[in-house]
Amino acid sequence: MAPRIGVFICRCGINIAAYVDVPKVVEYAKTLPGVAYAEENMYTCSSDGLNKIKEAIKKHNLDRVVVASCTPRTHEPLFQATCEEAGVNKYLFEMANIRDQCSWVHMREPEKATKKAKDLIRMAVAKAALLEPDDEPEIDVIPSTLVIGGGVSGMRAALSVADQGFDVTIVEKEPALGGKLRGFDSLFPHKQKASEVLEPLIEKVTTHPRIRVLTESRLKSVYGFIGNFDIGVETGKGVETLKVGTIIVAVGAEVLKPRGLYLYGEDPRVVTQSELEQLLHTGSVNAEKIVMIQCSGSRSAERPYCSRICCNEAVKNALNVTEKGKEVYILYRDLQTYGIHYSRLEQEAKRKGIRFLKYQADKPPTITAEPNGLKVSVYSPTVNETVEVTANMLVLSTPLVPVSDAKELSQMLKVPLDSNGFFMEAHVKLRPIDFATDGIFVCGTAHSPKDIGESVAQALGVASRASIPMAKKRVRTAAIMSQVDQTRCSGCGTCIDVCPYNALRKNEKGLAETIAAVCKGCGVCGATCPEKAITMHHFTDEQIQAQGLAALEED
Amino acid sequence: MSEYEPKLVGFLCNWCSYAGADLAGVSRFQYPTNLRVIRVMCSGRVHPAHILEAFKDGADGVLVAGCHIPTDCHYISGNFKAQRRVAMVKKLMEQLGIEPERLRLEWISAAEGDKFAKTIREMTEDLKKLGPSPVAKVLKEAD
Ligand code: SF4
Ligand code: SF4
Ligand code: FES
Repeated sequence: MAPRIGVFICRCGINIAAYVDVPKVVEYAKTLPGVAYAEENMYTCSSDGLNKIKEAIKKHNLDRVVVASCTPRTHEPLFQATCEEAGVNKYLFEMANIRDQCSWVHMREPEKATKKAKDLIRMAVAKAALLEPDDEPEIDVIPSTLVIGGGVSGMRAALSVADQGFDVTIVEKEPALGGKLRGFDSLFPHKQKASEVLEPLIEKVTTHPRIRVLTESRLKSVYGFIGNFDIGVETGKGVETLKVGTIIVAVGAEVLKPRGLYLYGEDPRVVTQSELEQLLHTGSVNAEKIVMIQCSGSRSAERPYCSRICCNEAVKNALNVTEKGKEVYILYRDLQTYGIHYSRLEQEAKRKGIRFLKYQADKPPTITAEPNGLKVSVYSPTVNETVEVTANMLVLSTPLVPVSDAKELSQMLKVPLDSNGFFMEAHVKLRPIDFATDGIFVCGTAHSPKDIGESVAQALGVASRASIPMAKKRVRTAAIMSQVDQTRCSGCGTCIDVCPYNALRKNEKGLAETIAAVCKGCGVCGATCPEKAITMHHFTDEQIQAQGLAALEED
Repeated sequence: MSEYEPKLVGFLCNWCSYAGADLAGVSRFQYPTNLRVIRVMCSGRVHPAHILEAFKDGADGVLVAGCHIPTDCHYISGNFKAQRRVAMVKKLMEQLGIEPERLRLEWISAAEGDKFAKTIREMTEDLKKLGPSPVAKVLKEAD
C-alpha cells in the first residue's frame, strides 16, 4: 500500500518564515511522492499546531507524518506523542530540521535557504516512506538515585528524592558534606549565617534512613542507562559497586584563584572574595581601607562568561565590613546586581557610603605594592581621569570555574560540557536541568555559576525529574535497535565482537541474535556485519540511502 | 553562469555533532548552504557503503562527524570504528583516483557550534577548489 504522508511546515513565527519562503515550500512538498497532504503552521508545536496534525491525520487518512521545523533533539518526543494520540505509531514520524540547521544559519541567503529547506523535506519524506512501526521494550527501573556531590545542591536533591521514598547514595570527594558553603560566612541577601543553613541540612541528610553518604569517595566508572546504571565508586576501603536507576550531577564548581593577577599569590594583602568570607567567618579583617575588583579573571578572552554571583557577593561583603567601620571601594565594569533582592542591596550599599567606581576592560586597574599599602590606580571613564587609592587590602571578585575533574566525569557519564567547561543541559529553556541522555540530571553550580536560592530551586527540580521514572517503576526504551536476519547471518560472530554492550549472542542454531533490552541502538554492528544480515530499526540502510539519494536529487 | 555549488552530504551523530550543528543555529553562526545532513545515532553507524553510495549518487564531498575521541562517544567506542572506516574509504578513493580530501572526518562536540560552522565553510571552499566530483564517472567505469 502506498504511504500517505502528511507534511507540516512550521513558520516558527519569523524564525523560519523570515528566511525561508514557507508557502513555496508547502507547494513543493505537495508534489513529493507519497505526500498526501501538506500545510504550514505558525507554530507547529503549539497546542493549535498539534491539534491540526491530529485533525489532518484523521481527515486525510495519513499514515506517516513529517514535521519540518526545529530540531528532533528537543521536539521529536512532542510530535511523536501527538502522532500516537491520533493512532499513528511514533516510529512513523520524521523531522526535517529547517530552523537550527537552515533558516538560522543562512539568514543572508533566503533563496538558497528555501532550496535547502525543500531538499531537507524531500530527504525526510524519502525516509518517512520507508519507516516502519515499532514497539518499545519496557524495562524495570531500580528505585535508587546516585547524587554526585554533597554540597547544598546535592544534599537538597538527595533529601527530596529520599522523602519520596527512594534510596539515595551521595558520593562526596571531600571528607565532609557541605561543599563550598563550608567556607562561607554569611549568605546574601539576608546576611544569614551560612552555618545556620548548612548544619541542619547536614543533620537531616546524615540521619535520613534512605540516604547513604560516601565521603572521600570518587566516581570510577559508569555503565548502563536509565533504570539500570552500574556505578563504580572508589572509597577509602576500595571500589564499591552501586546499582541505581537515575543519576544527579551536583558536583558544584570551584573558585578561581588567579595567581599573578593583581599581585594575587605574590602579596598577602591580596585575597579573593571567598578568602575574605573566610576571614569574616573567623572574625578578623585587619584592614581599614579595602578595594574590591570585580570581574577579576572573568568576562575575559579566556573566560568570557559573567560568573553571576560575584557582584552580589562583593556588595554583601562590602556591607558587612562597613558595618565594622571600614572604608570600601568597589571597582566594577558593569554592576550586575540583578533582581529584587540584589538591587535593593546595591541601593543600601550606596546609602551606606560604599564607593562604586567604574573601570574599563581595556584599562584595568594597576596595583603597586608599597610598605604602607597597596596603591591602586584606575582610569575612571566617568570622570575621565586616573583615580588613586591606597588600600590595606585588595579583594578580587573571581569567578566560579568548573571543578577540576569535570571533563573526566563528563566522559564517564557521556554528557556534554559547554564551551566554558560547565555541564551542559539538553536545552536552555525546554529542558534546563536534564541532560540529553535519559535518566541523568544536573543542578547547582555544576551547571553554571548561580546563587544558593537558584541552586536549591534546581536541586528540587532534579529531584522531581529523577523520581518520575522511579515512581513509574518501568520505562520504555527506544525501539532503535538491531535485528539479525536469521536467513542471512552466517554465524561469523563479528557483530558480537564489536558490540560495546554485549547485546548480541549466539542462539542454539549458532546464529547471532539481539538481546532487545540491552541493545542501545548505536548501529555499530549493522555497519560491520559482512553479510548485511543486521537491520537497524529506524535507521535502516535503505532509509539512510534514500535520504542520501534524495539529498542529491535536483528538485 | 552561476558559481559552481558543491554538494555536501554530512553524516552527523545524534549526541555530539548533530547537537553542535544545532548550536551553530542557536548561535546564528552563518555558513554556506551546501550541506545536507543525515542524522545517525552514532558515527559508528556509518557503513563505508553509505559513504560510497553518497558519492555515487552525486555528492562532491562527504562529512562524517562524531564525538571526540577517545571517550566522548555516547556508545563508548563507535567513533573509533568510524575513524577506521573513514581511513579505509579514503584509501579506496585514492586507488580509484578520487581525491580523498572529498571525504572528511571531524570530531565536533555539542558545545562546538563554531567548529561546526567553520568545518562546513572550509569544506565548501575546498570542494569549490577541487571542482565537481569525478566519482560518478569513476564508479561507473569500475562497475
Ligand atoms: S556479523 Fe552478521 S553474519 Fe556475522 S554473526 Fe553477526 S549478524 Fe551474523
Ligand atoms: S546496535 Fe550497538 S548496542 Fe545494539 S547490538 Fe548492535 S552494536 Fe550492540
Ligand atoms: S555517539 Fe557520537 S560518535 Fe558515537
